[in-house]
Amino acid sequence: MIEFLTEHGFISALIALVSLGLVFGALLGFASVKFKTEGDPITDQIESLLPQTQCGQCGYPGCRPYAEAIAGGDEINKCPPGGETTIAALSDLLGVEAKPLDAAEENIPSVAFIREDECIGCTKCIQACPVDAILGSAKHMHTVIASECTGCDLCVEPCPVDCIEMRPIATTLQTWHWPKPTPAEDIIASDRDPNRAVA
Amino acid sequence: MRQIWDIHGGIHPPENKHQSLGEKIQTAGIPSQLILPLSQHIGAPAAPVVNVGDRVLKGQLIAEAKGFVSAPVHAPSSGTVVAIEPRIIPHPSGMTAPCVIIETDNKDEWIAHKGLSDYTGETKETLLDIIRNAGIAGMGGAGFPSAVKLAGHPSKPIDTLIINGTECEPYITADDILMRERAEQIIAGVKILQYIVQPSEQTLIGVEDNKPEGIAALQAAAAGSNIEIVVFPTKYPSGGEKQLIQILTGREVPSGGLPADIGIVCQNIGTAVAIHRAIEFGEPLISRITTVTGNACQQPRNYETLLGTPVQYLLDKSGFDSSRCSRLVMGGPMMGYTLEDTATPIVKTSNCVLAPTRDELPAPPPAQACIRCGMCAEACPVSLLPQQMYWFSRAQEHDKLEEHNLFDCIECGACSYACPSNIPLVQYYRASKAEIRQAQQDKAKADRSKVRFEARKERIEQEEAEKEAKRKARLEAAKAKQASAAAGDSKADAIQAAIERSKAKKAAQEGGNAPTENASPENLDPAQAAIARAQAKRAGGEVDETSEQKTERLEKQVASTEKRLTAAQQKLTLAQEQGDDKVAAFATAVEKTQAKLDSSRQELEAHLASLKSAAPAEPPQAELDPAQAAIARAMAAREAQANLSETDKLQQNVSSLETRIAKAEQKLAQAKEQGAETVGVLEDSLAKLQDKLADARQQLENHNLESQS
Repeated sequence: MIEFLTEHGFISALIALVSLGLVFGALLGFASVKFKTEGDPITDQIESLLPQTQCGQCGYPGCRPYAEAIAGGDEINKCPPGGETTIAALSDLLGVEAKPLDAAEENIPSVAFIREDECIGCTKCIQACPVDAILGSAKHMHTVIASECTGCDLCVEPCPVDCIEMRPIATTLQTWHWPKPTPAEDIIASDRDPNRAVA
Repeated sequence: MRQIWDIHGGIHPPENKHQSLGEKIQTAGIPSQLILPLSQHIGAPAAPVVNVGDRVLKGQLIAEAKGFVSAPVHAPSSGTVVAIEPRIIPHPSGMTAPCVIIETDNKDEWIAHKGLSDYTGETKETLLDIIRNAGIAGMGGAGFPSAVKLAGHPSKPIDTLIINGTECEPYITADDILMRERAEQIIAGVKILQYIVQPSEQTLIGVEDNKPEGIAALQAAAAGSNIEIVVFPTKYPSGGEKQLIQILTGREVPSGGLPADIGIVCQNIGTAVAIHRAIEFGEPLISRITTVTGNACQQPRNYETLLGTPVQYLLDKSGFDSSRCSRLVMGGPMMGYTLEDTATPIVKTSNCVLAPTRDELPAPPPAQACIRCGMCAEACPVSLLPQQMYWFSRAQEHDKLEEHNLFDCIECGACSYACPSNIPLVQYYRASKAEIRQAQQDKAKADRSKVRFEARKERIEQEEAEKEAKRKARLEAAKAKQASAAAGDSKADAIQAAIERSKAKKAAQEGGNAPTENASPENLDPAQAAIARAQAKRAGGEVDETSEQKTERLEKQVASTEKRLTAAQQKLTLAQEQGDDKVAAFATAVEKTQAKLDSSRQELEAHLASLKSAAPAEPPQAELDPAQAAIARAMAAREAQANLSETDKLQQNVSSLETRIAKAEQKLAQAKEQGAETVGVLEDSLAKLQDKLADARQQLENHNLESQS
């Protein structure tokens, strides 16, 4: 056998390569079954960067569908609650260019507020809330669990008596923080003049 | 001579301490109003235990600690609580927070209090309780509740107790003057601390070498004890807790750790004095030494100040000239913050009010571009890379900032001081720290929202599935019923019976010379059927049978209506018991059923009466003349019919239409609430019903008019 192989170099090379191919092929096949990834890992990563307001302002019914759409090649600038921060994070993750937000303005963080005197207890807002942050039952007053409200404003539209409003979250002593200084600007007056700068 | 270590970096700003050391400690006196913030410490704000209008005595508890890391607040002088409301508190934000406001009565009347004659006979826990109840919080600046810090942890034995008398920040002399004038009290306090903490190795008081008088006084007071006064070269910021530990012991507190992790407890000398007063005299923390200095004050000095004293009151005492002052600073020039309002009160952590002139502390010059000189890195006492962090902060690269240990920054301001481009570096770090914390909170909230969203989705899917299963079950049941009915031929029997009945009726009508020959019950509506029956009766064809049937029918009607009435009444009482808001609806239902029952009873009585009137006449007449009897019966029937049918029928029609409309309205409201698509259809049907009702009413009126005429 060994003599045969040493005499016929071509055949021995062929046998060696084919057997190597079979071994590694089997290994790869086994690995692909054994270590199969469930779901789409990139979608999970994208989703973890989205603010989870479930507001649908991106045009998709929730953050997960939008994450799937981004993974499928959609734009990364459709999330007004996330704003520039989210766009920057997504562009970092996906290695695509950051674009300006595709909306009039970033959403300021706010929380839904039900004017309880006016509430008729129709439960429509409860059905609309994506995170079950509204408490109440039929013909009883409803109220918002402010700590769970994502500020998506999906409850505002269904209210038949318009008793829900979005209130910006007020700064308290606990949430106050030092403002960031405005970056150093040119202290030479002529440098600040845009017309001069062009020339 | 004891070995001392050096810290990295540091700066040597002008000390400016001599101005306020010219005079002894002065008692500030009692201002007309004391403003006591409920949160003068780190941790949960205290909860007020007094009400507006209460008279309080000096040292009386006015707000109790809420939670473990918290501290109570006491009345600094006697007087009346005039308000508990938000006031501006000493905080860089200049925001308001709940405060207890006391209108003082100048009597300065103490509440009964008593110290321990000999604390060495008490347990550590008793002493910690006294300290906690005295509201003592770190007086060096951070305001961490002292009892919490001193309680320590059994797994972390303490070998070194360090008392911080460094006071490295320029201008401030509150600790210096305390050492000069009250060294005995400091040493007494330190001995209590020693007793509580039981340091296994040493007790050190660290003082910078720019306070020779204070050092001398302390050394004199500490003579003969095991307390060592350690003097080291002046450098900012040696007074930082971690820096002082490094200078005195050469040990470094690990990143993110506490001094207790390396067996050290650190307390300020002001805190030591407060603890001494609490244990030996039973006095809670109601006053502190505050430096009022700066060139805008004619008499810069230190005051023994009641907590809650407005800054304006102290400034007035010091000859403050607001026109010369550039800005008012709470704290020192390095780490202090600008005060916007002079009504802000002095609190447990307020060691200095600085009123500098424009020459002394000019507005910061405009920041220029970073030239990467590296002087900030040389100045940093924590050996960070301020320049790198500056760029990361501007680019919002939070990960890199954390990798560069941003959270180890003590915000001392040495880098900003050293920066030749006047870049406010510390402000960048403060802002970035807040941004990172905010981002962490947002992330936590987003994760929670996601969990809630997914839970909701799952729940809705489950509900859908359950509904679907029920629907299927109903469908199966219906199918099974149909199948069994087909098998048992019961339906066929029923149909057969119905056909036979209709045939019999037809025959009866025909036999009674019914005027409408084609009036089979199938194509007659109930009203027409009733008319047909009445006509048949009038024709006198089968009066006896019909009246018997009628009696039966009416009796049945009465019985079933009675049943419905009791059911409705039960529902009503149930609703009333539960305070349901459907009570009104049930009440109307009961009324309607009652009305129906009454009308059917009347009908039955009328019918029976007509039968009776007909019956006694019958037997003799039957013997006499069958024809006459028939006529009489016919007349009676006509009477009964006239009494009952037309008007009653029309009325019944109207009332039944009314109930149907009420039901339709209910349905419509329900549909509207649920936003169902059937709203339009329901509205149409309601409109149709209302038309019908109008018609029926018209008919009834016409009929009434006719019968009247």
